[in-house]
Amino acid sequence: MARPDARGYFGAYGGRFVPETLMPALAELETVYAAAMADTDFTGEFARLCRDYIGRPTPLYPARQLSAKIGGAAILLKREDLAHTGAHKINNALGQGLLARRMGKTRIIAETGAGQHGVAVATVCAMLGLECIIYMGSEDIRRQAPNVNRIKLMGAEVRPVESGSRTLKDAINEAIRDWVSNVGDTHYLLGSVVGPHPYPVIVRDFQAIIGREAREQVLEKYGRLPDYLVACVGGGSNSIGLFHPFYDDKDVKFIGVEAAGKGLDTPEHSATLVAGRAGVLHGTKSYLLEDESGQIRETHSIAPGLDYPGVGPEHSFYKDSGRATYTAVTDAQALEGFKLLCDTEGIIPALEPSHAIYHAAQLAKRLSEEKLIIVNLSGRGDKDLEIVTRALGMQP
Amino acid sequence: MSGIASSFRPGRKALIGYVTVGYPDIKTTPEIAAVLAARGCDIIELGIPFSDPLADGATIQKASFTALQNGTTPDVCLEAAAGIRKKLDVPLAFMTYYNPVLNYGPEAFCRSCREAGINGLIVPDLPPEEGAELETITAGNDIDLIYLLAPTSTADRIAAVAARSRGFIYLVSLTGVTGARDTLPADLESFVRRVREKAGQPLCVGFGVATPEQAGRVAAIADGVIVGSRLLQLIDEDATLARLGTFVASLRRALDAPPIRQEAN
Repeated sequence: MARPDARGYFGAYGGRFVPETLMPALAELETVYAAAMADTDFTGEFARLCRDYIGRPTPLYPARQLSAKIGGAAILLKREDLAHTGAHKINNALGQGLLARRMGKTRIIAETGAGQHGVAVATVCAMLGLECIIYMGSEDIRRQAPNVNRIKLMGAEVRPVESGSRTLKDAINEAIRDWVSNVGDTHYLLGSVVGPHPYPVIVRDFQAIIGREAREQVLEKYGRLPDYLVACVGGGSNSIGLFHPFYDDKDVKFIGVEAAGKGLDTPEHSATLVAGRAGVLHGTKSYLLEDESGQIRETHSIAPGLDYPGVGPEHSFYKDSGRATYTAVTDAQALEGFKLLCDTEGIIPALEPSHAIYHAAQLAKRLSEEKLIIVNLSGRGDKDLEIVTRALGMQP
Repeated sequence: MSGIASSFRPGRKALIGYVTVGYPDIKTTPEIAAVLAARGCDIIELGIPFSDPLADGATIQKASFTALQNGTTPDVCLEAAAGIRKKLDVPLAFMTYYNPVLNYGPEAFCRSCREAGINGLIVPDLPPEEGAELETITAGNDIDLIYLLAPTSTADRIAAVAARSRGFIYLVSLTGVTGARDTLPADLESFVRRVREKAGQPLCVGFGVATPEQAGRVAAIADGVIVGSRLLQLIDEDATLARLGTFVASLRRALDAPPIRQEAN
């Protein structure tokens, strides 16, 4: 479990590909982070706030009605949708917020796609009394209006990004430009396991609470480890958070589910690991989606949180080493997964984990009843009601 | 002596002009290069546009976007460079981000650069920690890999770049992205001095230099001045390139004037 190496590489992936201006800040972040994780005052405060503020541990819920409907293997839902602010993003936002305070940084910047990370960062900044600026693509502002208002209500500023595809990729570019310009007093609270070292490690470690809890819970309730872990992959933080603590449990299979959008045979998808190749984007070497001359491609997914042309370097390492397998689910299939969970369990999932639910249901059908599948239900779907009602042709 | 190194001569400060290839269109790039060379640039930096230029401010972002819309691939840039090389002796450096180079294949890219007459390469998202492979390949193709330093660079990072940068060292004048600014940062002189203590290479200052007055002040403390965003703005303002030519000539005069005593800020 000693990954990555000293230069931040998971096998061939990772590293630090950023302008010189940021290199000292990344070195400082690495040092402060290592000291914080060795300090029981810091880890104790994180644990206390995980319990009292986020509401952890989140339940591991056996979806019996879902299983009754589709048959086959049992499906357990890790209920990150029940965490404060409604998604797993709060785990990392809290950890890095505490880290920023420890570094004496007073200004926090972050990017957001679906808005869940933006909401989580604005929430933590309100609680810790930190100034907060959220970069969000104007296309995502349009698609995820409820989250924009939540961010503003907590006193944060939302800065629309009009460049490129006006989605998550461009919001990250703009956040990095802000950080390059204000690195003295500003912490960049990156929301996924992407970016230059040490971000993929920091975000993974704060999200690994998902997998540690799930592992304990499944051992306690079932007396054994699961057969499969299934989670959606955009940048890859909820999936790494679930997978990583099971890394050495070699019989537990990991399946990452990417967004096939309108189909892998069209350009309109975000299936980076399934359909991409290695390159450098946003400071890290990893799989990405690019055109034949190395320009980053515009992506598409019905789920804004998966609409990203890169992916965390640890996932690229898992893919090449075979530790995890990656597949992709279309917009239409994700909507089926969404409806299936609403109908059978009375749970409205976010569109992002709806991809994982669809795939898990297909997988469960092919397995015997003794098999166990844990699905990371990484967020709730209130933010997606407008997209879903429009896609399903429902009357407003 | 490399093509880049030959641009630095005692008693003359180097003027380095940056333009994005394919902006405003592909046929104008060689005309722009000719104006830059004729009006006093010692090195021309040709930007290969990238979709996600995260070290660049609004002006170069916009130029990169337009150039990509015009179909400016790395191959198109190599062709443009080869065309310019046929007509001009001025040293040429490519500036681009790392992903287009990786995608092309670093070996093939550097070989093509050499064939096109490129003398230097600047990759703002490739710090020395990640640059070992490209250093070897560029060196094998007689291309200088030019590293950058910033005001935030620590003493050990300055030492590392001083040991490895070839041709010159690109000093990022300010803590920020590219783009014209009204004033030079107050700590520029001490930053240049900190680097000078460790580095034998020529030191060229860029980012935010946008007027002859600023260029003159930079030249008083550094060996060269890099101007980019302001050139793109002038190309925008006057498609005949007359204003660009006049402006470059005024930069040249500012660099050639006897050094002005640095005023206290």
